[in-house]
Amino acid sequence: MSNSDLMETIGRISGVNPRKCMKCGKCSGACPAYDEMEFHPHQFVSMVESGRIDELMNSRGIYTCLSCFACVERCPRSVEPAKLIEAVRCACLRRQGMDHMKPEHIPAILDEDLPQQAVTSAFRKYRK
Amino acid sequence: MQRIGVFVCWCGSNIAATVDVEKVSEVLGHEPGVVFSTNYQYMCSQTGQDMIQSAIRDYKLTGVVICSCSPRMHETTFRRACEKAGLNPYLVEIANIREQCSWIHKDKAVGTEKAIILGRAAIAKVQLNRPLTAGESPVTKRALVIGGGIAGIQTALDIADAGFPVDIVEKKPTIGGKMTQLDKTFPTLDCAACILTPKMVEAAQNENIHIYSYSEVEAVKGFVGNFRVTIRKKARYVKEDVCTGCGLCTEKCPQKKVPNEFNLGLDTRRAIYIPFAQAVPKVATIDADYCRMLKEGKCGVCSKVCTAGAIDYKQKDELIEEAYGAIVVATGYNPIKLDKFDEFAYSQSPDVVSSLEFERLMNAAGPTGGVLLRPSDHTHPKTLVFVQCVGSRCDSEEKGKPYCSKICCMYTAKHAMLCREKYPDTEVYVFYIDVRTPGKNFDEFYRRAVEEYGVHYIKGMVGKVVPENGKLKVQASDLLDNRQLHIDADMVVLAAAIEPDESARPLATMLTASMDTNNFFTEAHPKLRPVESPTAGIFLSGACQGPKDIPETVAQAGAAASKAIGLLCKDHLTCNPCVAEPDELMCNGCSSCEKVCPYGAITYADKEFRGPNRTTLIRRVAQVNPAVCQGCGACTVACPSGAMDLKGFSNKQIMAEVDAICR
Amino acid sequence: MQVNGEFQPTIVAFCCNWCSYAGADLSGTNRLQYPANVKIIRIPCSCRLNPLFILRAFQRGADGVILCGCHPGDCHYTTGNYYARRRMTLLFSMLDYLGIEKERTRVEWVSAAEGGKFAATMNDFVAAVTKLGPNRRLEDLRCSKD
Repeated sequence: MSNSDLMETIGRISGVNPRKCMKCGKCSGACPAYDEMEFHPHQFVSMVESGRIDELMNSRGIYTCLSCFACVERCPRSVEPAKLIEAVRCACLRRQGMDHMKPEHIPAILDEDLPQQAVTSAFRKYRK
Repeated sequence: MQRIGVFVCWCGSNIAATVDVEKVSEVLGHEPGVVFSTNYQYMCSQTGQDMIQSAIRDYKLTGVVICSCSPRMHETTFRRACEKAGLNPYLVEIANIREQCSWIHKDKAVGTEKAIILGRAAIAKVQLNRPLTAGESPVTKRALVIGGGIAGIQTALDIADAGFPVDIVEKKPTIGGKMTQLDKTFPTLDCAACILTPKMVEAAQNENIHIYSYSEVEAVKGFVGNFRVTIRKKARYVKEDVCTGCGLCTEKCPQKKVPNEFNLGLDTRRAIYIPFAQAVPKVATIDADYCRMLKEGKCGVCSKVCTAGAIDYKQKDELIEEAYGAIVVATGYNPIKLDKFDEFAYSQSPDVVSSLEFERLMNAAGPTGGVLLRPSDHTHPKTLVFVQCVGSRCDSEEKGKPYCSKICCMYTAKHAMLCREKYPDTEVYVFYIDVRTPGKNFDEFYRRAVEEYGVHYIKGMVGKVVPENGKLKVQASDLLDNRQLHIDADMVVLAAAIEPDESARPLATMLTASMDTNNFFTEAHPKLRPVESPTAGIFLSGACQGPKDIPETVAQAGAAASKAIGLLCKDHLTCNPCVAEPDELMCNGCSSCEKVCPYGAITYADKEFRGPNRTTLIRRVAQVNPAVCQGCGACTVACPSGAMDLKGFSNKQIMAEVDAICR
Repeated sequence: MQVNGEFQPTIVAFCCNWCSYAGADLSGTNRLQYPANVKIIRIPCSCRLNPLFILRAFQRGADGVILCGCHPGDCHYTTGNYYARRRMTLLFSMLDYLGIEKERTRVEWVSAAEGGKFAATMNDFVAAVTKLGPNRRLEDLRCSKD
C-alpha cells in the first residue's frame, strides 16, 4: 500500500485527526510502558501525521503498548494516541502473507502461566 | 417617482474575486426605479464617498443602495456621506455581498447571482424608506464601574479626573481585586501591594469617586445615557462611617476557625475580619455564616470591645437606586477549580498547590510569613515542580478551557525566579508546552530565569503525580531528550487556567451585554472596538473581556474610561430613529403592544377624531415615546389590527425584501 | 427552482441584527462555506418577525424559511426572543395542521460568537429542504415564476 493509502486507512480505522496534537507530551508523561517502547505515544501521533507509517509498523513498540488508555485519558486535545496505535496494529494485521508467528517459535515462549487462549488468539492474529 | 442610485463595491479583491461586480452593477442598473448604477474598488474610501455624493447631486437621487461589506461595518459611514450631500441618511440601504456572499461562496457564477438577488432586495426595501430624523435623549453625567480591581480602580480614577462623578461597586469587603493577593508582578518584580495601594487610597480619597464596597448590582433598567441601577449594599453588621479600622474586634473574636479566602483557605481568620492590612475601606465585616451572635444569639464580644460603638447586629441589606449615563464592567477573573485534576493529586496532597496559592505562600503577608514551607509538614521544599497549562488549551469542556490563559507562562517564570533567588539550594523544574512571552521585556525576563537563575525548563508534560511517603513522585515526559523523567518533588505548583468571575454571566443578562461561550464579555469589534460592548453605553475593562496581564489591563482601563468620558461629556445623545409608530386611525387601544414592550415606551392617550356627520369621537390610542423606544418591533407583531409599524423596518419593507428574494 | 436540472431551494433567513446577523458575518469573516440558496434579511430583533412574513415567503415561492435570533436570556431587547419563540411554536403547530413539512421552517438561536454554528445550521437546513423538494402546498400560483 502506498503511504497516502496507509495514512487514509489509519485515519479511517482510528477516527483520529493527528493534527489536533499540540505536542505537549502529556501522553508520554502518563505512559506506564514508556521505557519498553522505542517510539513513545507522542511520537506515534507525530509520525502518523508526517507519514512515517512504515517505520511504526515495523517497530516493536506497538506491541509493548499496554492499551491502558492513560494517554487517551490525559490528552488535553482529545487526540487519542491509543486508538492510533490500535489502527497501526490493525494495518499490520491486515497485511496478508506476513506470517509474524511461526509454530516453531511457540515452545520457546510457552510457560505454565500462559493461558492456551492467548496462544490461540495470537495465532489467529499474527499467522498471516 | 423614485430615483435610486446603486453603488457596487469591489472591496479590493474581497468581493471582486468571487463576484462579478461589473455584471452586478449592470444588471441592477436595469431594475425599476434605478437611474444610476456604478461600481468602484473601495466605496468607503474618500473617492468612493465623493462618487456617491456627486451622483446624489447630479442625478437627484431619492435613495441609495450600496452593495458592499456588512452594514455593521460601514452603514454609519455611508449614511454620513449621503447626509453631507443633502440626502436624508435613512434613505440608504446596504446589501451585504461580502460577509454573506463573496466570502462564503467560491463559485463566481453562484456568488454573482446571489449578489444580484441581495441587491434587488435592498432596492425593493429602499423604495419604501421614508426620511427619518433622529431624536435626542439627555445624558445622566455619572458613571458606574462594576468591579473594584485594578481595572475598575484605574477606570474610575480616569473618569473622575475628567470631572465626572463615578461609583465603584465591589462585591468583596475591600477594593483591590486579585492584585492584592499578588506578591510581585512581572516583569519588573515590583511589589504588587506597593504599586496598587496608592491607587486604592487615591480612589478612596478622590471626591468624585464613591465606593460601594461589599455591594452588588441587583437590577439594571434603561438604556445608554439613562441607566437606572439598583445596588444591594450587603449588611456588614458594622457601621462603615463609625468604624476606625483599629482591628481590636478581629483580635478578640472567639470564632477562629473560618477559612481565610484571602489566603485561599491556607489559613484561618475570625468571623469578624478585615481582609488584609491595607484594605480600602478599612472597615471590619462580620461573616454571617460563622458569627456566633448572628447564628445563635450568643457572644457579642466584638460589640463589647469596640471603642467606637460601630457594631450593629441588626443591620440589614440596603437597596440603593441610582441613575447613570455609562456603565463600565470590570468584574475580573478567577483561577479555575482544580478538583478534576486527579492526575496531579491536587485534592490528594496539600503540597500540590495552585499558582495563586503559591503566590500567597511566597508573600510576606501570607500564611507562612513569606517563608516557603510545605503546607503538609512546614519543612522547606528542596525540589519544586511547576506544571504549565493546567486546564488551559484543553478541548474538554468539563475539565478545562479551550483558550490560552496568557499570564501563566510569565507568572511561572516569576515564581521560579523568585524561588531560586530566595533559596538557591532548591531545584526548580518547569514543564511547559510553549513558553509565551509576548510583552515588553517579557522574553528577556524568562531567559533570565533560565540563564541566570538556573531554572530547569523542560519541554514536556507531567503525566502523573503520586504522593508517597511524604514526597510527590512526578512522572513526566521530556520531549527534546526523548525520555521519561521521574522526579521526587517536595511541592508541585499547577498553573491553573483563569476564567471570568461567576458574577459575570448574571450581570451580562442584566445589562443585555453579549458574552461568548467562555463567559468573557464580547467586544463590539474584536480588533477596532475592544473596550465597548455592542450594547450602547456599556464598556469593558480588564480581564472580564479576555485574559490579560496588569499592563494591558491598565491600558484597557484607560481606554474604557476615555470612551465613557466621550459619552458623558455630551449633553444629548441622538436616539435611534427606527422606532415604532402607531397608525392612530387603525389603533383600537387594546393594550396588546404595551404588554410586550420591554422598555415601557408605550402609553395611551385619548384623542379626538372626526366622526361622520360632523361629530367628534374620542378614542384611546397608543403613543410611543421615541426617546425610550429601542426599535425591537415586538409591538408591531403583537398588534392585532396591524396599526403598529416600525420605521426603517416596516411591514411593507420586509415583505418587499421577501418578494425580491423569492422572485 | 431548477438549475441545470437539479432542484435548488430558495431559502429565506431572517436574522436578528444583534446576535445572529453578527454570527452570519463572523462565519463570512472566517470563510466558512454554506450554500448560496440562503438569502438573509436583517431585522432588529427576532420578535420583529411576524409569522405572516413566513407565510408570505412560502406564498412567493420560498422552499424553506429559518429564523435566527439570540439565545434565550441574551436578547439585546431582553424579552424579544421569548416572544419569537412562542409565536413560532404556534406557527409550527398551524403549519403542521396545514400539512406543511416540519423541516421547511426552523428557529435557531445563534450568538454573535457562533460563526461556526451559523454555517453548520445553514448547511444542514439547505440539505434538509433540498431533500423535501420544492414547496408546492403554500405556493401561490399567481406569484409563480413559470
